[in-house]
Amino acid sequence: MNVPDGLLYSREHEWLDVDDDHKIAKLGITDYAQDQLGDVVFVDLPEPGDGFEVGAALASLESVKAVSEVYSPVSGKVLQVNEMLADSPETINEDPYIKGWIVEIALSDAEELDDLMSASQYENYVEEEAEG
Amino acid sequence: MPQSTVPNHSNTSSQANLEALDESAEFIRRHIGPRPYEIADMRQTLGLSSLEQLIEQAIPQSIRSSDPLKLPSSRPEAETLRVLRRLASANLLAKSWLGLGYANTHTPTVLLRNILENPGFYTAYTPYQAEISQGRLEALLNFQTMIIDLTGMEIANASLLDEATAAAEAMSMCHGLQAKLGRNVFAVSTHCHPQTIEVVQTRVRPLGIEVSLVQDEWSFDGTCFGMLLQYPTTTGAVHDYRQLVARAHQDQVLVTVATDLLSLMLLEPPGAWGADVVVGNSQRFGVPLGFGGPHAAFFATREAHKRLIPGRMVGVSKDAHGKPALRLALQTREQHIRREKATSNICTAQVLLAVLASMYAVYHGPDGLRRIARRVHRMARLLAAGLRELKYQLVHDHFFDTIYLAVPEGDREEILERAGGRSINLRRLPQGVGIALDETTTRQDLEELWEVIGDAASPAVSLEELDRQLQETLPESLSRTSDFLTHPVFHRYHSETEMLRYLNRLQERDLSLTKSMIPLGSCTMKLNATTEMLPISWPEFSGIHPFAPLPQARGYLEMIHQLEAMLAEITGFAGVSLQPNAGSQGEYAGLLIIRHYHESRGEGGRDVCLIPSSAHGTNPASATMAGLRVVVVRCDEAGNIDLEDLRAKAEKHRQELAALMITYPSTHGVFEEGLVQICELIHEHGGQVYLDGANLNALVGLCRPGRLGVDVAHLNLHKTFCIPHGGGGPGVGPIGVARHLAPLMPRHSMVPEAGPETGISAVSAAPWGSASILPISWSYITLMGREGLEQATLVAILNANYIARRLDGHYQILYKGRNNLVAHECIVDLRPLKHSAGIEVDDVAKRLMDYGFHAPTMSWPVAGTLMIEPTESESKEELDRFCDAMISIREEIRRVEEGAADREDNPLKNAPHTLDALVGDWKHPYSRQEAVFPLPWVREHKFWPSVGRIDNAFGDRNLVCACPPVEDYL
Repeated sequence: MNVPDGLLYSREHEWLDVDDDHKIAKLGITDYAQDQLGDVVFVDLPEPGDGFEVGAALASLESVKAVSEVYSPVSGKVLQVNEMLADSPETINEDPYIKGWIVEIALSDAEELDDLMSASQYENYVEEEAEG
Repeated sequence: MPQSTVPNHSNTSSQANLEALDESAEFIRRHIGPRPYEIADMRQTLGLSSLEQLIEQAIPQSIRSSDPLKLPSSRPEAETLRVLRRLASANLLAKSWLGLGYANTHTPTVLLRNILENPGFYTAYTPYQAEISQGRLEALLNFQTMIIDLTGMEIANASLLDEATAAAEAMSMCHGLQAKLGRNVFAVSTHCHPQTIEVVQTRVRPLGIEVSLVQDEWSFDGTCFGMLLQYPTTTGAVHDYRQLVARAHQDQVLVTVATDLLSLMLLEPPGAWGADVVVGNSQRFGVPLGFGGPHAAFFATREAHKRLIPGRMVGVSKDAHGKPALRLALQTREQHIRREKATSNICTAQVLLAVLASMYAVYHGPDGLRRIARRVHRMARLLAAGLRELKYQLVHDHFFDTIYLAVPEGDREEILERAGGRSINLRRLPQGVGIALDETTTRQDLEELWEVIGDAASPAVSLEELDRQLQETLPESLSRTSDFLTHPVFHRYHSETEMLRYLNRLQERDLSLTKSMIPLGSCTMKLNATTEMLPISWPEFSGIHPFAPLPQARGYLEMIHQLEAMLAEITGFAGVSLQPNAGSQGEYAGLLIIRHYHESRGEGGRDVCLIPSSAHGTNPASATMAGLRVVVVRCDEAGNIDLEDLRAKAEKHRQELAALMITYPSTHGVFEEGLVQICELIHEHGGQVYLDGANLNALVGLCRPGRLGVDVAHLNLHKTFCIPHGGGGPGVGPIGVARHLAPLMPRHSMVPEAGPETGISAVSAAPWGSASILPISWSYITLMGREGLEQATLVAILNANYIARRLDGHYQILYKGRNNLVAHECIVDLRPLKHSAGIEVDDVAKRLMDYGFHAPTMSWPVAGTLMIEPTESESKEELDRFCDAMISIREEIRRVEEGAADREDNPLKNAPHTLDALVGDWKHPYSRQEAVFPLPWVREHKFWPSVGRIDNAFGDRNLVCACPPVEDYL
């Protein structure tokens, strides 16, 4: 399981790549999440400009067998979406952390980031969850 | 493999049931798989002295009925057929020229015998295991291609239940598509079939949508999200809707068109003039009328809406070897995934009937269909010309096959009376009489109609003369210009020999009950006995129009009332409605009844539906459609309702509680102990209890849910009561209701006798739903009798426990109930194997195909597990074969665990293996023999999967839902 350092992780298995000012972040799903979901065949993306609260469904990912909502761990506004996913949803499986980003968002409250996990915390979390 | 012992009846005293089975009732022995000595064997394996002991140990005493079913005892097959013949002969085969979306048709006999009467087609399951379902998947792809071509649309599904529910689904999809507009009016033309209008009205009410009925004055003022037109109209008029559609689109109104497939041979299809959704009934393509069904409705739309299409859809993908292969596409749309967020609660299609309708098109081809359409159209014009000669006037000048004779009310009644006297059914219309012709109409019929209408007068000119002067009655602007059915499949099989072989070829690719057991949990794939199936193609049952005058359907009504009474007795309910034509529709109808009940008591605000997290996905989808808010109740690991959570939620929502939906035995196959208390708890908090009857096969004869406090339940006649699965439909989902709800059972505005006056409006197009297959369940109950039905339940539970016992130790068996016993199904846990060997549930399912078996239910109710339901109809020998296969597969997995086999290149990962494995290079570390003949008996009757493992992701990413070019198969 690939869990890169330097990203923040949520309990719902999303990652956030936050800029130095804590204003803008890219968001995607983790390697663990894509593996659990299986082959992604469709990504339902939000519109740039959409605002959202913590816990809102930002996007939904369809695999062959399941539909999984991407719940936002923070509040903010959608700046841009990864258009490439419309034609190549498999990018999320192939490269979940770089090319497979889902949305770029403007954060409305940097303090919300405090609730997220570091790479090592997330690794422990996944292990515990798997054993749970 | 355990050896069967020689029968020995002398040493057992507690076998009253079995003796009855030996002495009197032959059919019980035919229906039940294990022989008496095998039953004794299995009992011993389980350490039981009698079947009664099994039931005492497995089923809580609190739910058991103390008295036996008040039903007659088992009847012989010959006698049952005699009784049914008598009932059939009480129906009158009149000539029905009623129309309303139902037409007489000639079912080509090669299709009748080799599809409708062929267990190779009708005993198959829904094609989820695509590698062993390529035959009917191809037929369904032909169906979709036919619908796309004829309607001029871009994409079509694999059929829906009936035209009226298809229209309701279209309404619902359009509402979803236009959600951003915030509009809530659906405009419906009054020229639609009345049953369609009623079902749409039923559907909108709980959703807060309003139906606006529009005669001809359409105005678009920004309130309406969608509209429904009929083309040609219910009274036969052909209108050019182009300008209307353009106006609608200007106002962002989506247009649904209900249409008639045969008319589209000559008429410009709705897709060519802007329709957004096209629905209809394919019945007149060779599917018998059957007093209302089952028939395959269709649903076609634009490619852009593909993710919102209700129902199943077949798509093209490729297999592991890169060859084209078919499978169900975009399955994540379905309610079992999306639950309360699903766009529809539709689970099933009408596969058997869609296959039949598609083959009608394959057999006739485009030229043959055009010929039929032209002939019908010519007949209608001749009829009209003759009537004009007789000085009658028509309401519409533009028509295809249906004319609207304008006569004053008094004359109308005289005409109808004269027609009735000659067993001719004409439609009573406000301004006169409707006459809908079809491919069965003959010249004699025309002359007879002139006589009846003209009161023995005949046109002054001859038929020949009328024909010479015949005018075209279709508007030139609507003459069809586009080609259709150009794919080779519609040109190849026009001789009977070719068709026979095509059908046989397709059937051979599918694993049906004719090949081996289909141990699908919760699906109850039991015997569909030949005697039960025979009556469905008797003309006296198959040839009755759903809106024929009821005195012509006396035999049907008698059979229906008897079946209702039998089901009421079996379930312990006061009333039964047979109208819902699928389990999902039963759920929906039951929940609507509960809503109306609360409203009738001034408690319309009750809108919370508690649903356990272990419920079938259809439950929350149906609840949402019924306008209920779903509140999920926690379950424990074993799928049992968390009683504390239930109590807390019932308490919290006491003011708003409408219902609890519960499955019993649970979806995990366990008889929960607390059913009676659960019902009491819900009632104390003002709610009603809805029981999902999917698992009724474990209860019949032992327990009557209606006596335990359950208020409504649906039954799946296609599970417990032997209607075959048809390869993925038809289903029948009647509901049973307690006494206080009986006045609310569905009615049908066109046939008042079909339900109580005070009932909810119709949920299905036809008054008694899929009436023509009800004789199957009637026959089953009659043949089995009270003792046979109970015996079936006992053996179903015995068989499941026997499998659980044989597999225990090899696999972990989940969720046993009291005394370590399961109900009528058992769950095998494969999750540890992913870690130990990299083997997943898919791999085991596909490997079972190499052994000649259909997989059990996969990953339901728990991901990573298999749920096995053997039913009572499988013999011990077959159960042992299945268990041997499962155990052998476990050994194959063990070799991977131990490193003796490769984690990636092993017989499971590469399964299923096709005939290609026998030729060419072999590059795998295991032998060809291991691949295709893993156990000795597999060699004796090998079933070859026709394609390798199918790549589902490829197909969903590159959606193709019509016949691909033939080159793809080369």
